[in-house]
Amino acid sequence: MSILVNKETRLICQGITGKSGAFHTKGCIEYGTNVVAGVTPGKGGQQFDSVPVYDTVSETVEQHGANATMIFVPPPFTADAILEAVDAGIPTIVAITEGVPVMDMVRVYEKVRESGSVLIGPNCPGIITPEECKIGIMPGYIHKKGKVGCISRSGTLTYEAVWQLTNLGLGQSTCVGIGGDPIVGTSFIDLLGRFEQDPETEAILMMGEIGGTAEEEAAEFVKEHVTKPVAAFIAGRTAPPGKRMGHAGAIISGGKGTADEKIAALEAAGIEVAQSPADMGTAVERAIANHSAAV
Amino acid sequence: MKIHEFQAKELFRQAGVAVLEGFVAKTAQEAGQAYDKLGGEVAVIKAQIHAGGRGKGTFKENPSQHGVQLVRSREEVVAAAEAMLGNTLVTIQTGPEGKVVNQVFVEAGCDIDRELYLGIVMDRGDDKRPVMMASNEGGVEIEKVAAETPEKIFKEHFDPSVGIESFQVRTFCKKLGIEGPAVRSMDKFMKTLSKVFVEKDCAIAEINPLVLTKDGQVIALDAKMSFDENAMYRHPELVEYRDLSEEDPSEIKANEAGLSFVNLDGNIGCLVNGAGLAMSTMDIIKLHGGEPANFLDVGGGANVDQVTEAFNIILEDKNVKAVLVNIFGGIMQCTTIANAILEAYEKVGFNIPLVVRLEGTEVEEGRKLLSESKVDIISAEGLTNAAKKVVEAAGALTV
Repeated sequence: MSILVNKETRLICQGITGKSGAFHTKGCIEYGTNVVAGVTPGKGGQQFDSVPVYDTVSETVEQHGANATMIFVPPPFTADAILEAVDAGIPTIVAITEGVPVMDMVRVYEKVRESGSVLIGPNCPGIITPEECKIGIMPGYIHKKGKVGCISRSGTLTYEAVWQLTNLGLGQSTCVGIGGDPIVGTSFIDLLGRFEQDPETEAILMMGEIGGTAEEEAAEFVKEHVTKPVAAFIAGRTAPPGKRMGHAGAIISGGKGTADEKIAALEAAGIEVAQSPADMGTAVERAIANHSAAV
Repeated sequence: MKIHEFQAKELFRQAGVAVLEGFVAKTAQEAGQAYDKLGGEVAVIKAQIHAGGRGKGTFKENPSQHGVQLVRSREEVVAAAEAMLGNTLVTIQTGPEGKVVNQVFVEAGCDIDRELYLGIVMDRGDDKRPVMMASNEGGVEIEKVAAETPEKIFKEHFDPSVGIESFQVRTFCKKLGIEGPAVRSMDKFMKTLSKVFVEKDCAIAEINPLVLTKDGQVIALDAKMSFDENAMYRHPELVEYRDLSEEDPSEIKANEAGLSFVNLDGNIGCLVNGAGLAMSTMDIIKLHGGEPANFLDVGGGANVDQVTEAFNIILEDKNVKAVLVNIFGGIMQCTTIANAILEAYEKVGFNIPLVVRLEGTEVEEGRKLLSESKVDIISAEGLTNAAKKVVEAAGALTV
């Protein structure tokens, strides 16, 4: 088991004929993901390798039973691509694109919430259920099938954590990059809830960073609703206030959103917080050990 | 992207948000002319920098001069302009180094009855919509009010496609104790401001203070605006407002090269792929007793030119005593980055220690490339090892 994606996932790529879309679609196919179609408006009828290309998302649902999409279209068109996928009834929408205006995401967020779809991203590495389905740009080989669920606002930091876990012999159930933007489709809380429900997930690692209050809200949620061991790491203890640290959402504004506040909130919720980024894997080990000692 | 007060007021005026008449001046003479054009006795001269707290802020060169001054004659405005222009204003938001004032805004005075605070930001919390905030605690530092007496700030979220609704304005007025004709002025003011916020893709639109005049008018006495960088492609009209003299030169250079860079005070340069890993690299340097000199994310598909430029920018900072390259190869292969490092190293000419930690795709081949080269690189395995080595290298040089 896993969350959101698995062997049954039938993926399409919106923007499949673009440079990034083409490159990463190949990567997903090589990993073993079932890519059933691609979408590029105006290029319907073409083939991309062995994958048929359509003009619209709804055609791929009708013809191929598509149930997940990976979006690589440029930022000015990303909101529209997400809304098209929502309208076509695609249950899992993963938007990789970086640079989507926040105002677009306000509109999109409302529509996604009213629908039955789940949006991961934008500005994220994607989602992977090891050895079953990879949607996104992460290197597949660092992952190993297992029981740790990972949630992160960052890309390479997640690879670092996954690699630490894999080297410790701790495989992953599903790893989700939720994205580095101020407004993303899915929060820590949504996924903590799913991992709590997933029988195959036995521990959870969440990686946050400065900016916003998503980690504080997650800490509250863990205290109330999560019975599984949880470990965490927060990036940006040394980040200066008022400066955007790469991600659009990674900024301490008006003295709010500091790493120290987040760490305090997580620790108060009984979460095992790694003090060093080199210690994320072992923090999961400690969380599991503490949890079994307590039971 | 931040803009100046006078530019924000220009946008306000175009949109129909009430502001006072005023003119920007780059010389004391122009300031005098601006005063003449206003025609009244009372005017206000304000230093234009990208930071708040100007009224209480003082100049390095002349500590009795503040960044905002009420003037009652041409002589006074000229004298104030001379005291401000070309000098360095230090406020609570500029840091001790302050900011050089290159222009002043000379604005008409008005008959203030009450001072309020009004602002709009994007709410990143549960309700992911723009939120308008208003308070009777105008003219003071709003962050302080938010921290100490949050109940004094009233909030209303709004749908960006509609803007703030009339009933929400009435709710604000009730809570703020605003009655009579001012309610109607407030309705127009708040609605227009909420539309400007959405139309211009603002990150922040803040008016502190917003004033009520004795005759029931609502006027933006100050104006602070910043915009979503990701939306700049659809706002060519805002691009000309960018004031590069307000930005860090190395950050501008990095930006042009497609790198994400932030200058810091330490002595260990960092070159990393990915924002989260770049922040974590700074953190682990600090954890092992060092101080990072910068945040630098080369992105997912960095090439030789970008890596070269990244090294150039890092080494321009004379405080830098050692550099740590931390790459987790994903889509980017370690061999690509290793070759880029070697080429850049030759081009740039290093004379300080370089610690390299590679992990991920094609790591063995990448490490081999580095170890077999003639370049003097300290290789590290694992994050902790890398951090310890670079802190040691930087320390050895300073001793």
